[in-house]
Amino acid sequence: MENQKRVKELAEKYGLENTIVVLGGAEAEAAGLAAETVTAGDPTYAGPLAGVSLGLRVYHAVEPEFKESVDPEVYDEQIGMMEMVLDVDSIIEEVKGMREQYSKY
Amino acid sequence: MSNAVIKGASYILVHAPDMVVHNGTTQTTEKILNSNSEYLKNLRNSLRTYEQAVNYLPNQVYIGNKTPEDLKAIPQPWVDKPVEGATRNGKFGEIMPEDEFIGLMKIVDVFDLVKLSKEFTKIIKTKLSNHPLISDELVSRLKDGEEFNDINKLISEQDAEPLYFDNNIVGCVKRAHDIDQNLSAHVIFENLVSKASAVLAALHLIDKTKINPDDIEYVIECSEEACGDMNQRGGGNFAKAIAEFAGLNNASGSDIRGFCAAPTHALISAASLVGANTFKNVLIVSGGSTAKLGMNGKDHVKKGLPILEDVVGGFAVLVSENDGESPILRNDLVGRHTVGTGSSPQAVITSLVTAPLDRGNLKITDIDKYSVEMQNPDITKPAGAGDVPNANYKMIAALGVKRGELERTQINEFIEKHGMEGWAPTQGHIPSGVPYVGFAIDDIKSGKVKKAMIIGKGSLFLGRMTNLFDGVSIVIENNDGRKEESKGISEEEIRSFVAEAMRDFAAHLLEE
Repeated sequence: MENQKRVKELAEKYGLENTIVVLGGAEAEAAGLAAETVTAGDPTYAGPLAGVSLGLRVYHAVEPEFKESVDPEVYDEQIGMMEMVLDVDSIIEEVKGMREQYSKY
Repeated sequence: MSNAVIKGASYILVHAPDMVVHNGTTQTTEKILNSNSEYLKNLRNSLRTYEQAVNYLPNQVYIGNKTPEDLKAIPQPWVDKPVEGATRNGKFGEIMPEDEFIGLMKIVDVFDLVKLSKEFTKIIKTKLSNHPLISDELVSRLKDGEEFNDINKLISEQDAEPLYFDNNIVGCVKRAHDIDQNLSAHVIFENLVSKASAVLAALHLIDKTKINPDDIEYVIECSEEACGDMNQRGGGNFAKAIAEFAGLNNASGSDIRGFCAAPTHALISAASLVGANTFKNVLIVSGGSTAKLGMNGKDHVKKGLPILEDVVGGFAVLVSENDGESPILRNDLVGRHTVGTGSSPQAVITSLVTAPLDRGNLKITDIDKYSVEMQNPDITKPAGAGDVPNANYKMIAALGVKRGELERTQINEFIEKHGMEGWAPTQGHIPSGVPYVGFAIDDIKSGKVKKAMIIGKGSLFLGRMTNLFDGVSIVIENNDGRKEESKGISEEEIRSFVAEAMRDFAAHLLEE
């Protein structure tokens, strides 16, 4: 709830087109839910983004688009280990699916 | 400085379905926000009976009737695979029914805040009289009970918290102050649940280890509750309040807090207190939480499951001076997530796992069993949180790969060999590292395991005082039977020193 509120406030302050959400959720389902929340709106209708379709650009930290845009050494230090641990393919599928369907920018 | 040992551990559960409905925060929040929801209407249909909770395999593992190996032998989920012939009492403790527990709350209440009806008191008095660990003196504290009208009046006019059993009001917990929120009926209720479940764990520990209660000198309580009044909200001291009812006449104590990591902090502190010869026997104890009951209930119900978070947990561990046989707490091999560690999973696992191993020149594979956050995946998976212990083992293995101690293809083999399935209820501090301590004592004594690591982690940011996360770990290992020489040198050594000095003196005289 608190995160939804912060995303909403930051996106409104800096402009929807200037905001990118980077997710770190360890589960594909949870990451997909978060991606849906910041694009189509909160599907559980529980938080500030219920019925609010921000359509933000959203990526998971393990997606190639994000990986390729950061320093490889920092990436390896911060995320290298988790890349081995997470079900990267399912996470990408979920988040990419939401982005392609609902992202407006 | 010498090493302390782990002499014993006890584990208890309390089946509390009515507390799920009336005191779990998911349900109480739903009542405020959406009082007519389908979830609340159908909630009771999703509650398990006491027998179902007893027959549940992870609960049987928690109280020691089944082992982590037994759990691993049966594929997840376990909710539809009841244990045949399961019993209330186990090697480490018991699963207490809710009515007896409400009686125990009354017994440990010294301010006459718990009021039970006459009818209910009569029934539980008989039941608790038959409990092998609840003495007649304790049972007599139940007295005769109150008139039902008086209880109703306290609930309707004085904000008392109703106590339910089988969906009927059987008593209440009064507020302890008219305006102080820290002494409200709700807070007193939660604190008495924590205290009563901790007392039950302490009584089981004394029973299982056969320690003379008078020999316990210090108690460390490590739950996630706070007791105090408006001038000292978290003043404490649960530890001494619990010690009083466990009959620990020679004990003082204090509370350690650190969210879910507190039990491992307590283990490290107890090891140091005993290792430094401050005390010979330190009891670590904690009761459970009603707020977390049914925490993921909505997800469970949505997926056609019963509400699996229907038990309050408790445990106790006895840390003592080296007896030459019990597993040793290596207080020189302690991991800690520091302020400067950072929050990436890699940094976290390095600080908790490999930093202490490096200090002992050990590899990740030198630890036979890792006890991480042993949350039951039956509970967490349907709620979208995944298999928590498995995720932790994957991270430890992946760090092993990065350090060149494992091949990437060996990750699953590592988890198979060094990991366990989770069996503990999601009561925050209860699943964190400590559920394996009881089994570790047996596994290490039998030689099946040489070294184990207990890891506790805590989400400090929930208290809004810091954004930091926390964690600590400690290695426990087999006892080689040698007690430390820390208390000085032996008589034989003194004789040999004197003889040597005499020889030197004689030689010196001869030279002259």
